[in-house]
Amino acid sequence: MRRRANRGLTALCMAILLPAQLLAQTPPKSAASDTPNDAGASITVTWPRGEAVGGTTYLVYVAADESGPFHLAAEVEAPLAAVLADDPGNFGRGEEQDATHYVNVSDYALDDGRQSLENDQIYYVRVAVRTDGMELRGAITSAVPEANLINTAKLNNFVIGTALSLIILASISLARRKEMFIRRIAGLEAIDEALGRATEMGKAVMFVHGLREMDKISTIAAVNILGQVARKTAQYDTLLKVTSYDPVVMSVSQETVKEAYVEVGRPDAYNEDNIFVAGTDQFSYAAAVEGMMVRERPAAHIMMGYFYAESLLLAETGSMTGAIQIAGTDAFTQLPFFVTTCDYTLMGEELYAASAYLSREPRMLGSLKGQDIGKAFLIAAILFGSLLATAGWPFITHALAAH
Amino acid sequence: MTRDSMLFLGFIGIFVILNAILLVGGYLDMSWTSLGVITAAGLTVSLYSFLYRDNPLFKLAEHIFVGVAAAYIFGIYWYQSLYGEVVVRIFGIGDDPATMTQRLLLLVPSVLGLLILTRMSVKIGWLSRISFAFVVGVGAGFTIPRYISAFLLSQIEATIRPITMDVDGLNLLLILIGVVSVLVYFFFSVEHRGVVGGISKVGIWFLMISFGASFGYTIMARLSLLIGRIRFLLDDWLHVM
Repeated sequence: MRRRANRGLTALCMAILLPAQLLAQTPPKSAASDTPNDAGASITVTWPRGEAVGGTTYLVYVAADESGPFHLAAEVEAPLAAVLADDPGNFGRGEEQDATHYVNVSDYALDDGRQSLENDQIYYVRVAVRTDGMELRGAITSAVPEANLINTAKLNNFVIGTALSLIILASISLARRKEMFIRRIAGLEAIDEALGRATEMGKAVMFVHGLREMDKISTIAAVNILGQVARKTAQYDTLLKVTSYDPVVMSVSQETVKEAYVEVGRPDAYNEDNIFVAGTDQFSYAAAVEGMMVRERPAAHIMMGYFYAESLLLAETGSMTGAIQIAGTDAFTQLPFFVTTCDYTLMGEELYAASAYLSREPRMLGSLKGQDIGKAFLIAAILFGSLLATAGWPFITHALAAH
Repeated sequence: MTRDSMLFLGFIGIFVILNAILLVGGYLDMSWTSLGVITAAGLTVSLYSFLYRDNPLFKLAEHIFVGVAAAYIFGIYWYQSLYGEVVVRIFGIGDDPATMTQRLLLLVPSVLGLLILTRMSVKIGWLSRISFAFVVGVGAGFTIPRYISAFLLSQIEATIRPITMDVDGLNLLLILIGVVSVLVYFFFSVEHRGVVGGISKVGIWFLMISFGASFGYTIMARLSLLIGRIRFLLDDWLHVM
C-alpha cells in the first residue's frame, strides 16, 4: 500500500515539476533578421539566453509560409548555444549581446535533403526548447535574407587601409619635391659589393626567386630588387642568371631585366635564356639550383622572395661554394636559416624597403616613408591602447579587432 | 677514368649486386612495388651522395627529379585546369555540361592565359602584359585587406590587453615590449642612434631569440624527416631492421 502511495506521489511530483522545468527553459519571444555583413541567403535568429542546463536543446524551425509546414533548420544544445557577444564584429559588445543566443540559418531540412534560403523571400521562424523529450515552441517571427553590399565588420580594415594609402600617397607627393632620408640597410649595400666582386672575378651573379607566385607581395618586392640588380649587372657587363619556380614570375622577370638593360643602353647584353624556370616542384627546384651553384660557381647568390623548407638547402650549398650570399625573405620560419648561412639577410620588411633604397625613386621612397608614418601611428595606438585597456577602457582594443 | 666515373660505376655495381641479393633472398619480390622501392632507394642514395660532393650520381638523380616534377606538374595542370576546367566545360564533354553563362565566363581566364603565350612573338608580345597586370592587380587587391586583417589587426588585438599583476601580465608586457621594439627596428626613415638605436637593439634581441627558437624547432622536424628516410632504406629496402 505504502509503496503504491509513494509511486503515486512521485508521479504527481513529476507531473508538477516537469512542466515547471520546461517553462523555465521556454524561449520567450524570438526575433529574426537578415544576417548582417554577408552575401545573402541567411537569416539570424535570436532569443534570450536561458539556463545552460544539460539535456536542454534549442530547435529552430523555418517555413516559407506563415501557416507552415515548419522544417528543422538548426538544433543546438543549450550549453553550447552561441551568444551575440561571440561575434562582436557583426553584433557588437555589451550586456544585451551577452544575454542573447543566436544562430545563423542558411538552409533547412526537407525529407529529401536540405533546402537553401533564397534572397528577398520572406521566411517564418519559430524557436522551440526541448527538455526530457518534451518540446515547447515559441511565437512565430519572420525575416527576409538579403545580400549586403558593405561589410561593416571590416570597417576598421577599410579605414586603416584607406588612411595608410592616403598617407603613402601624400608621402610620395612630398618625396617628389624633397629629398628623403632612408637609413643604411647593410644587406642592400652588400649587393653593390657582391656585384663588384662578381665583375672582378668575371663570374656570374645568380638571382634565385622564392616559391610564391607573382601576386604575392614578397615576389613583387623581389622583382623590384631584380630590376635594380639587372641595371647594375648591365652597367658592369656581368652575367646575370635568374632562376624561377613559377612561369609567370619568369616572364615578369624577363620583362624587368630586359627593361633594365634597355634603360642603361645595353639591350645587346640581354639574353632571355638566362632567366628560366629551374624546376616546378619545391625540391626539384632546390636540386636544380643547387646543381647550378656547385657547377657554375657564381660569385654571388641573391635569394629573394618567399621560401619554404628549401631555404636551408639552397643557402647551405651556396655557402659551401664560397659565393657572397644575400638573402631577403618575409618567411618568418626560414629567416633563421638565412641568418645563419648568408652573409647578409634582409628580414621581413627590409625586403620591401630594398627596392626603394636601391632605386632612390621618389615613388618608392615616399611609399617607404608613408609606411614608417603608419608604423608610428600603430606604435602609438598599441601603447595608448594598452594603457587604456589596463585602466579598464578597452575601446581601442575593440576598434582595432580583426573580424 | 676519372675518380667520379669510378665512383659512378662502383655505385651502380654495388647497387645491382645488393638488389640481386634482395631479390634472390626473397626480401623483395618481382612486383611493381619492389621496383618502386628499388628506384626510390637508388635515388635517395644518389641525392645523399651530394654530401660527398657534386658527382654524376647526384646529377642523374637531379635531372630525373627535375624532369619528372615538370612532367607531373604539367599532368596536374592539364587534367585539373586545362582539360578538367576549360576543355570539358567549354566543349560540353562529360555528364556535367556548363551553361552558356559559365562558358562565357570561362573565356575570360582562357583568353588571359592565351595572351601570355603572345610573349613568343616580338610584335604582339606586349599583349601578355595585360595578363600580368591582371594577376598582379587582382593579387594585390585581395592580399592587402587580408594582410591588414591577419598581420596588423590580429597582432594589435592580441597585444592591446589589460596588463595584470601576475604571470599572464608579465607575459603580455614582454610581448608588448617585443612588438614595439621590433616595430622600431623596422623604421627606415630614422637613423638608429640614441634612444631609437637602443630600442631597435632590443628589437633585434627579440628577433634573434625568436629565430633561435624557430631554428631549433625546424631542425627537430628535419631530423624526423631524416629518420624517416633512413628507416625507409634500412627497413623497406634492405630489410635489416
